[in-house]
Amino acid sequence: MIDLGVPASEIADHVRDGEWSAEAVTRASLEAIRGREDLNAFLHVADDVALETAREIDQRRARGERLGAMAGVPVALKDALCTIDSPTTCASKILTRDGVSQKTGWRSPYDATVTSRLRNADAVLVGKTNMDEFAMGSSNENSAFGPVKNPWDPTRITGGSSGGSAAAVAAGLVPVSLGSDTGGSIRQPSALSGVVGVKPTYGRVSRHGLVAFASSLDQVGPITRDVRSSARVLEVIAGADPRDSTAARVPVGRYEEACDRPLDRLRLGVPESYFGDGVDPEVETSVREAISTLEEAGCEIVPIELPHTHYGIATYYIIATAEASSNLARFDGVRFGLRVEPAHGDLQALYGATRDAGFGPEVKRRIMLGTYVLSAGYYDAYYKKAQQVRTLIRRDFETAFGRVDVIATPTTPTPAFAIGEKSADPLAMYLGDVYTLPASLAGICALSIPCRPAKNREGRGELPVGLQLLAPSFGEERLFTLASTWEAASPARGNRPPPAGGR
Amino acid sequence: MPEYEPVIGLEVHAQLLTRSKLFCPCSTEFGKSPNSNVCPVCLGLPGSLPVLNAKALRLAVRAATALGCTIQSRSIFARKNYFYPDLPKGYQISQYEEPFSTRGKLDIRVDGVERTAGITRVHMEEDAGKNVHGVGGDSSVDLNRAGVPLIEIVGDPDLRSSAEAAAYLKTLRDLLIFIGVNDGNLEEGSFRCDANVSIRPKGSEELGTRTELKNINSFRFVQRAIDVEIARQGAILDAGGKIDQQTRSYDPDTNKTATLRSKEDAHDYRYFPEPDLPPLVIDDDLVRSERAKIAKLPQELRAEYVAELGLSEQAAVTLTQHPEYVRFFDEARQLFPEPVKIANWVLTEVLRDTHVRGLSAEFPVSPEQVAELVRLVSGGEISGKQAKVVFSLIQGTSKSPGAVVEERGMRVVSDEGELEALCSGIVRANEKQAAMYRAGKTGLLGYFVGQAMKKTGGSANPKLVNQIFQRILGGSEPA
Repeated sequence: MIDLGVPASEIADHVRDGEWSAEAVTRASLEAIRGREDLNAFLHVADDVALETAREIDQRRARGERLGAMAGVPVALKDALCTIDSPTTCASKILTRDGVSQKTGWRSPYDATVTSRLRNADAVLVGKTNMDEFAMGSSNENSAFGPVKNPWDPTRITGGSSGGSAAAVAAGLVPVSLGSDTGGSIRQPSALSGVVGVKPTYGRVSRHGLVAFASSLDQVGPITRDVRSSARVLEVIAGADPRDSTAARVPVGRYEEACDRPLDRLRLGVPESYFGDGVDPEVETSVREAISTLEEAGCEIVPIELPHTHYGIATYYIIATAEASSNLARFDGVRFGLRVEPAHGDLQALYGATRDAGFGPEVKRRIMLGTYVLSAGYYDAYYKKAQQVRTLIRRDFETAFGRVDVIATPTTPTPAFAIGEKSADPLAMYLGDVYTLPASLAGICALSIPCRPAKNREGRGELPVGLQLLAPSFGEERLFTLASTWEAASPARGNRPPPAGGR
Repeated sequence: MPEYEPVIGLEVHAQLLTRSKLFCPCSTEFGKSPNSNVCPVCLGLPGSLPVLNAKALRLAVRAATALGCTIQSRSIFARKNYFYPDLPKGYQISQYEEPFSTRGKLDIRVDGVERTAGITRVHMEEDAGKNVHGVGGDSSVDLNRAGVPLIEIVGDPDLRSSAEAAAYLKTLRDLLIFIGVNDGNLEEGSFRCDANVSIRPKGSEELGTRTELKNINSFRFVQRAIDVEIARQGAILDAGGKIDQQTRSYDPDTNKTATLRSKEDAHDYRYFPEPDLPPLVIDDDLVRSERAKIAKLPQELRAEYVAELGLSEQAAVTLTQHPEYVRFFDEARQLFPEPVKIANWVLTEVLRDTHVRGLSAEFPVSPEQVAELVRLVSGGEISGKQAKVVFSLIQGTSKSPGAVVEERGMRVVSDEGELEALCSGIVRANEKQAAMYRAGKTGLLGYFVGQAMKKTGGSANPKLVNQIFQRILGGSEPA
């Protein structure tokens, strides 16, 4: 019996050894996905293509070929990542032909760099996951194809924007998924869904083939059940790319090996201002418990300050929307995706009709915000000022990392809230990103890992809580060492959400 | 009515001579079927990212260096945002607040007077595609040009007449061709010009409101469009009116300019730094190596040809009009170091049948052939007259002039005995003239020499013939 809950690294090892066939693993994953359509985690399932890939992998093994690091591991990709053999929609109607169904989604003529690196490592791509439209959102309620439900409590959000990717891993449908993180879109759903999610350093992973939301912030990263699997996936997808000028030519670290390293008197910074006001008491208790455990494991705890943190939300929503307003200009109905011909009118009317029908309300809101902050007469007051504050936030971290090796914070202020609870109040929604935004603005690496879950006060059982660990740029190895140490001691270890219909 | 002074500044878009586009590997070849030179990047497909063409950067640096600009070691690409079907991404990648080069100059010459026009900046940007209207009432888009590398050369408002504007454009075009950056082809759109025109009362220091004349595709039209625009603005001011800040087009058929956009309709381009490209860092090595490739600019070469080789100003100007002329001349004069003679041959014979297309030139003969021909004439082996015959025989062939001379038996007769016999015969046959010569009419020497040349079909060595006649005829030496 194949258990998709085991670490991806173990699955790959079993497939390489011939203990499990890639085909059997893939079938198990496809069945599990079919069994949890209620979560709405997938926009496209690649049944036949995935099975064909799996069989090829098995044949190559039979011929005695050495298989890659992801041998036979089923992987789900956020639908913002381009795939040549399946639709890519960004959960937006504007990337569909009929304006209704993801089945008529845009067909990319090329694979994203991360997509092809996974293929080259013999992963099996089983499908594309649901998300907030164009990665704009923190609850997955902004998908044009319906929200993703939290496997721990389907009345709740699973987080966003990489909600489908997080839920798919949490529910055991796939051992690995890729998400993208612009202001917390990997870490926040990972925290709320009880899985490990890594936002690599800006420039660590190629963005080529990731449909852009905010180019100076977007990063692709893994979501897995355990730390080691994330480390392995990052090792596969990271590294310079001639197709992305912002992908850094910094050697890829030995992330998997780093999971086995001893802690070695690591200095752990704790920003006291991240606790207190606005933080759910259970979240605070859980994260503090993790910090104490790490202290016992040999970390030196150092109180630090990140004084410009509270400007993070304003800064982020200026820079990200400015870039988005420009990045999303190409969706104009001329070359691909949706085209709505107006009854009468000119070219402007075609643009208007197409974009009005194709974009959802949050995307429109952000395009308008971004257009405004870049407009003549407002640029200096908004965009330019935001860039200056971004520098201050980056310096906060530089100063802090002069004294500590890693910083620990909560990933989110609260556990998952109910679907619909905040959808009428975008600002309340934005405030939930307060702990994840600064790392994105600073470009440093970060990771979310489950700690002691909180009691589900309105429902039954428990809700996941995430511990966020932050390290300087290209300090991913350090993150993996610390996260593995915590994982071994974590009270959340081995926790799984209830099966379908389990409540 | 006051007299007005025009103030003109030109913005030139010049295509960099690269094989591939500015941010993707697609070909820049002109004239391909629509939308065949395209890929996800220049189509603006989701997820695609720009990667700077290193060759384009080199050419841009070379151009800016040749214009005397300061190269900025760090500059920023910016997005210029506007919606149009020929602009696939909805923005053009250009440079805005921090271009890679600033402050240069261009020396121009109008009616023999040298002037220097300032260059505000040179920056890199990508071209847009092309909208093709009227296919069954529909419009189509051809994106072959989208992403083709351009430099924009922004000139200071230093020009004071349409003639200066025309001279500026001509000089700039020649220069860019000369350094191998641009092919100067106006018809294919690889060299395009916008003109900012305003007028002010003569003696005023204040600038008037300007209009921008867009995309004029010939030097002649630029000059006419500017004249027409100057007249139009003058008439408005004379009538007590005000000039509106506008973008205007020029129609060569009606010889009129017309409004394209008024200031109110001007785009807000929402420029901001392009986040997909890191700051552009240009190191000294790159600047040095591009500067070395320019070796010498036309005006420097010109001065050198006059001062060091002894060429006339006119000869130097013509020879430095095209880099291939320079190469041809330099090669030939290195093979036979008589630059003035070589230059004469190149200017009078070679260039008459030379065809120039963009950066290349097709010569009727090779530098080796010209060098050998001039050597044969200088050495007295053939006469100048014979040389012209030889030249016509070697054109379009790879034959050496020496071989042709041999083949045709054209070699100058320099055998003293042979010539002596010939000359004696001529003197005997012209006793009357010989007597007059001896009586002091030494001017008749030319007559005798002429006879000898005629008899030999021009192949006698004239110098030797001269000497022989003087000796035979005796008498006084010619004055």
